Order: sequence, then C-alpha cells, then structure tokens
Amino acid sequence: MGDGSGGRAKMNWSDFFTMGGYGFYVWGSYGVTALLIIIEIIWVLQRRKALLNRLARMSRLSKG
Amino acid sequence: MKPRHKRLLFIVAGLAGIGIAATLILNAFNSNMVFFFSPSQVAANEAPEGRSFRLGGLVTEGSVEREDDGLTVHFTVTDNQKSIPVVFTGILPDLFREGQGVITQGRLGADGVFRADDVLAKHDETYMPPEVADALEKAKSGGNPSTTSSLITSEGGKQ
Amino acid sequence: MAFAGINWFKYSSPASFYPVAGKMIPWVASVAVILAVIGLYFSFFVAPTDYQQGEAYRIMFIHVPAAWMSMFIYVVMAGYAAMGLIFNTRLSAMMASSLAPTGALFTFVALWTGALWGKPMWGAWWVWDARLTTELILLFLYIGFMSLEAAIDDPRRASRSSGLLAIVGVVNVPIIYFSVKWWNTLHQGASISFDKAPSMASTMLTAMLLMTFAFWMYTIAMVLYRVRCEILERERHSEWVMALVEERK
Repeated sequence: MGDGSGGRAKMNWSDFFTMGGYGFYVWGSYGVTALLIIIEIIWVLQRRKALLNRLARMSRLSKG
Repeated sequence: MKPRHKRLLFIVAGLAGIGIAATLILNAFNSNMVFFFSPSQVAANEAPEGRSFRLGGLVTEGSVEREDDGLTVHFTVTDNQKSIPVVFTGILPDLFREGQGVITQGRLGADGVFRADDVLAKHDETYMPPEVADALEKAKSGGNPSTTSSLITSEGGKQ
Repeated sequence: MAFAGINWFKYSSPASFYPVAGKMIPWVASVAVILAVIGLYFSFFVAPTDYQQGEAYRIMFIHVPAAWMSMFIYVVMAGYAAMGLIFNTRLSAMMASSLAPTGALFTFVALWTGALWGKPMWGAWWVWDARLTTELILLFLYIGFMSLEAAIDDPRRASRSSGLLAIVGVVNVPIIYFSVKWWNTLHQGASISFDKAPSMASTMLTAMLLMTFAFWMYTIAMVLYRVRCEILERERHSEWVMALVEERK
C-alpha cells in the first residue's frame, strides 16, 4: 500500500479492499461490528414502538 | 403457565451459562496461567514428560530451515541461554520471523527435538510506520537497516 | 466519567429525566456519527501501515475501543447498580439495565475482532490466554446480569439480584486490565497506559481515540433511548405516563 504514511494519495480502491492480503480479517471485523450496531439500533427502535403501542392499548382498555 | 415456563427457561439457561463459564475458567486456570516453559526450563527437565506443553522463546537468527515439501520447518527456540530444536509441519503465522517471539505447543521427543502441533507468534505493543522503524533501527545499531527483526533481537540479546 | 459525573441527582426522578434524555439523544447521536466518520477516515486513510503487521493492525481501531468500552461500561453499570442498592433510587437500576446490552455488544465485538486479528498474526483464532479468558468471563457476566433480571418478574427484586451480580463481577475488570502484566500472556501489553508514553504513531493514536469517543457517544445515545423505554414501562401506571400516551394519540 504505497509507501506508508506518504503514499495515501496513490492508494487505489483495490488496495483498499484487499488490505494487503488481510481483507477478510479487516472487513470481517468492521463488517460484523457495523452489523451488530445496526441490529442494536433497530432493536431499540422496535422496542419503543412496541411499548408505546402497548401503552396506548392499555389506556384504551382502561377507558372502555 | 406461560410466564412460569419462561422463567424456568431463563433459570436453566442461566445455570447452564454459569456452568459452562465455571468449566472454562477452571480449565484455563488449570492449564494456562503458567503459560509456557522456557528452553532453559526444558533443558533442566522441568517440563512435563510425555505430555503436551508450551515452549516459548525467540526464534534463533539463522536457524530456520524449510524442507522441500514447503510445509515442514526446522528452527530452534532460544532464551539466549539454552536452545531447543523444534520441528513443525503446517502453516506458520505471518509474524513468524527469525528473532521474533514464538509460543509453540507440542511434545518433546526422545531425541530432544520438540515436535510442535501449533506455532503462535507473539508480538509486542509497539505500532509504527515502516519508515520510523527503519530510522529507529539505524539510530540504534548505527547502520545495517535491512531487517526490522534485528531491532527485537538487539533488545533481547543484551545479556 | 463525564457521563456518570454530570449532576443527574437533579434529574434523578424518572419523570423529570424522561424529557431531558429525549432532548439529549439527537445531539449525542449526531456527535457519535460525526466522530465515527472522522475516526474511520483516520483509521483507513491517515494512519500509516504498521511496520510489522501491515494492514491487519487496522483491526485495532475497533478492537481496542470496543475492549475499553466493554470494561468502562461494566464499571459504570456496577456503579449505578450499587447506587440503586444503597440509595434505593429508581433511576439507577434502570440505568444499569439499560447499559448492559451495549456493554455486552462491545464485549462481543472485542472478542470477535480479537479472533480475526489473532488468526493472521498469532496463528490462532482463540487461545486460553489470561487476557482472552477474562474478557470472555466479562461477556458471561453481562449475559448473566441480563438473564437474571429477565428471570425475575418483580422489577424491584430483579434489580436487586442482578445489581448484586453486577457489583460482585466488577472484580473481573481490574483482572482483565492487568492480566497482561500479571501473567505470561500471548496477548501483548498495553500500548497506552498511565505510566508511559504511548508506543504507537500519533496518527494511529488519534484514530483510536476518535473511535473510542464515537463508541462512547453511541453508548450514551443507546442508553438514553433504552432508559426512556424502561421509565415508561416501569411507570406505566403513573399519571404522567398515561397523560403522555394520551397526548400521542
């Protein structure tokens, strides 16, 4: 990958994806981390939505 | 009925988890907290006989020889006092180099050769760009900037 | 400890904390995104290649922040659990249970990225090494905390039991941190510690710190979001929650 610190401008996308032969390990790390973060965000949003629906149902029941 | 089942399931899962954790911890403390034996300890017959154990040290400079099959490697592991010859067939980690720290797992043969089933490379906590490593080495050894591995042995070989 | 250090006492009643948390979330989340973008740019485009490990060392930029967060979150969680047990404040127990899932996530990320880093560098996905084993125990502690809380129906008893587990388990954190000093481990020592200069290039350090702060802000956003749910759930019979639900219709 270029000549280290000074060579960033010369870096091309294929170098970026292969990561000097460690692409699987590097992208496996970053990919799974990103995936887990996305799952956590969706999970938390879902939880709030489900909870508010439940509370709304409860308040309707208590009235009717 | 239902919440009770759920609770039971959780408790069973929890107990199973704690059981697995306890087993793992005991296993780890039992076999690995004393992580490896040095070549001096092995030479003094302190390592377990006829049982698999870990041998750790530096790969001696110039000792690495590969057989024609490309997979079998001979090298010696040293702590700068004693050296133990090691033979290993398999894929070496990328950081395996002469002068680099290694930890090998295997058995000591009757011929005094350590037959490794596993070779792990140990690296240190220093991270820097190659140019800096070269410059540091030049400053340290006053020339011969060819390999970074001599940086490590020059530290390890002080005694 | 800025997160725990702000004077929450003023807002320690769930009813007054709920709207404050709601106002904070968008800000904290935006800061997390900005820091993550800059941090990732530094991780891949600014930080140089390592002299020994080539590009594989770039895993460090999530591995180390995740490992730090896994320990830090546990300590904060145990702190809240202790506060809940001692002062009997309702919000503390809710904070503790909101912290656990994100803490478990970062523990898993630290172990996962460690495996993916260990395979090419050391030559093994997993080794029964003191550092690795104690981090795995941390994951079990988080899972134990969450299952114990879920297993007990009465919320007060649930927080008491799980809180006790969290407090007992905190002894594991210093063991994780010092394991590389106390034992002969395969895992290398700390590159950044209190008693010496960091042993890495400054752009690498910048990338790592940026990612750490991004994870930190992410954690705060997640915890605030989750604690709002906890508050609604546990206070669902109170007037203000009922009024709030009415208002939303």
